[in-house]
Amino acid sequence: MVKDKIILIVGFLGCLVGGFAGIAQAHELSGFLAVEGRFFTDSPLFTGQEEHNVSLALQPEYYHQWQSGLRVTFVPFGRLDSADDQRSHFDIRELNLLYPGESWEVRFGIGKVFWGATEFVHLVDIVNQTDGVESIDGEDKLGQPMLHLSLPRAWGIVDFFALPFFRERTFPGQNGRLRSELVVDPEHPLYESGAEENHFDFALRYSHTLGELDFGLSYFNGTDRQPMLSPGLNRQGAPVLIPYYGQIQQFGLDLQWVFGGWLWKLESIYRQSEPDHYLAAVGGFEYTFSAIMSTVADLGLIGEYAYDDRNDAATTPYEKDAMLGLRLAFNDAASSELLAGIIIDLDSSARIVSLEANRRFGERFKATLEAGFFVDLPENDLAYSLRDDDFVRLDLAFYY
Amino acid sequence: MKRLISVLVLILCSMPILADLARGETAEEKGLMIALEAERRENGFGDFTAEMRMELKNRHGQASTRLIRIKTLEVKDDGDKSLSIFDTPMDVKGTAFLTFSHKQGDDDQWLYMPALKRVKRISSRNKSGSFMGSEFAYEDISSQEIEKYTYKWLRDETYDGRACFVIERYPVDQENSGYTRQVTWLDQEEYRAWKVDYYDRKKSLLKTLVMSGYQQYLGKYWRAAEMQMVNHQNGKSTGLLWTGYKFRQGLTESDFSKNSLQRAR
Repeated sequence: MVKDKIILIVGFLGCLVGGFAGIAQAHELSGFLAVEGRFFTDSPLFTGQEEHNVSLALQPEYYHQWQSGLRVTFVPFGRLDSADDQRSHFDIRELNLLYPGESWEVRFGIGKVFWGATEFVHLVDIVNQTDGVESIDGEDKLGQPMLHLSLPRAWGIVDFFALPFFRERTFPGQNGRLRSELVVDPEHPLYESGAEENHFDFALRYSHTLGELDFGLSYFNGTDRQPMLSPGLNRQGAPVLIPYYGQIQQFGLDLQWVFGGWLWKLESIYRQSEPDHYLAAVGGFEYTFSAIMSTVADLGLIGEYAYDDRNDAATTPYEKDAMLGLRLAFNDAASSELLAGIIIDLDSSARIVSLEANRRFGERFKATLEAGFFVDLPENDLAYSLRDDDFVRLDLAFYY
Repeated sequence: MKRLISVLVLILCSMPILADLARGETAEEKGLMIALEAERRENGFGDFTAEMRMELKNRHGQASTRLIRIKTLEVKDDGDKSLSIFDTPMDVKGTAFLTFSHKQGDDDQWLYMPALKRVKRISSRNKSGSFMGSEFAYEDISSQEIEKYTYKWLRDETYDGRACFVIERYPVDQENSGYTRQVTWLDQEEYRAWKVDYYDRKKSLLKTLVMSGYQQYLGKYWRAAEMQMVNHQNGKSTGLLWTGYKFRQGLTESDFSKNSLQRAR
């Protein structure tokens, strides 16, 4: 633990030095420093949880491109959290070399890849592990070591990924909120594969655009990014959840179709593992009204529906859920934006409501105000442990 | 004698009409001919790259700026392909738009969001929407294909010391454009646009665009160094300051792919 903290602090100092040492002029340096406060409306439910938390995050980005076209990107990330020592963490989001040839492109190192089309649920996206301590939307990802070869052709783009090392998902610790009743023990994960985290995963994707249609077909073979969590005891004999990472094959489809002012979206996966296999899908639309009510603001409506054929046995919270979203973009100089979303479980009364407002101040500051509410969660809901975790989050970021 | 005079009067009176008839030209045809000539003079540029500084001013004169790099590829028999990459504000650095414009129908457009590494197809149907909070609508900055408008010559007029054609154009996609008409002043010598008045859907004057600082590249292609768009209804304005124009950089289709969008920066 102490060693982890030292690594974290060294990493953080490294970020700072990298951020401010002002590496030679020809090289590009940018990034952000953010202060965050999370305030919870109810007292914590579980022992050890602290009421509120503040944290500091830093993400510098170094980029350089040589005459040959070869380019290097280095994006370390660190967060220091007042409450949760699991949320205080350091990660290398990116550290890779990219070379774009005439008819091929190769990237080697730690990178990040996104596959998908829908807004609320990302079923197909599987290359990078979720950084589960960062937010509950699952959109923050850990850097993934990879060798990525991309072949753009007239008939589409073929991407090959060799993924030699697996990243464990991060989970909130004992003192953190927005967690399960039993904390997930990060020390001793279980693997189906004897090679454990060194199992050699691979993935490929074919994507293409046909007029108004953009689609991708993908295949992944390797360690599941989503662990099964089962109760057990940690080394100190305390009850915890032990993550188990199985071996899977996943076939994925993602598509987006523009129909006038409408965007229609679909993501679907078929997943095979021992002992079962399942199908899951999410689909929906996005429609934007521009210049509403004689202003320059745009109002976007999002509607999506998620399905998982395992029903209540699903390991994701989206087994038969409808999601509705509103996106109000003010189109002002500060890029003010308001997002509101609701996830409705159609089998129960459970709802998760989220609100997010953000705007820029000056040229370099950005403020984000976010709120999340967990309403009427039944005891068998995967998110039941979050029932008293309604929160308001304020984040102020300085970009350089 | 009387008959002769009336014949002469008839001939004299009908001469301009005859001249027009001989050329087979109505005001609409003349407007189209001018637009076609302006386009002909643009043909063959191949590709270009440039930097654009966008200055947004509100009615109190407070300004904010955006730096955008533009790459454009001329496409034979269709609209241009273009890539716009944001360098500032810093929180949207690396955000990029890829546009395939078309002579007929909606343009194809993709947005790249660097924080999520996500390429998202976006609808180009809402042409009147503001481009990044500026007074320029998407339809103002998108590729100005001849086929997207119908035309009418209004008059010849001296504007800012230059003999100009004043032509009016009407969007073909009336349902989704923010305008009923646009009035453009083009100089007769080089067919460069100097001023455009935009009339909104209620037919009142919405915005005026004024171009200045024209420079010629490759001995042929004129580009304005400055474009000022003033919104008469909300008092806001947006200036576009163009620098670093470079033509024929050897750009190809592969510089305008979804892969190149993701590594644009």
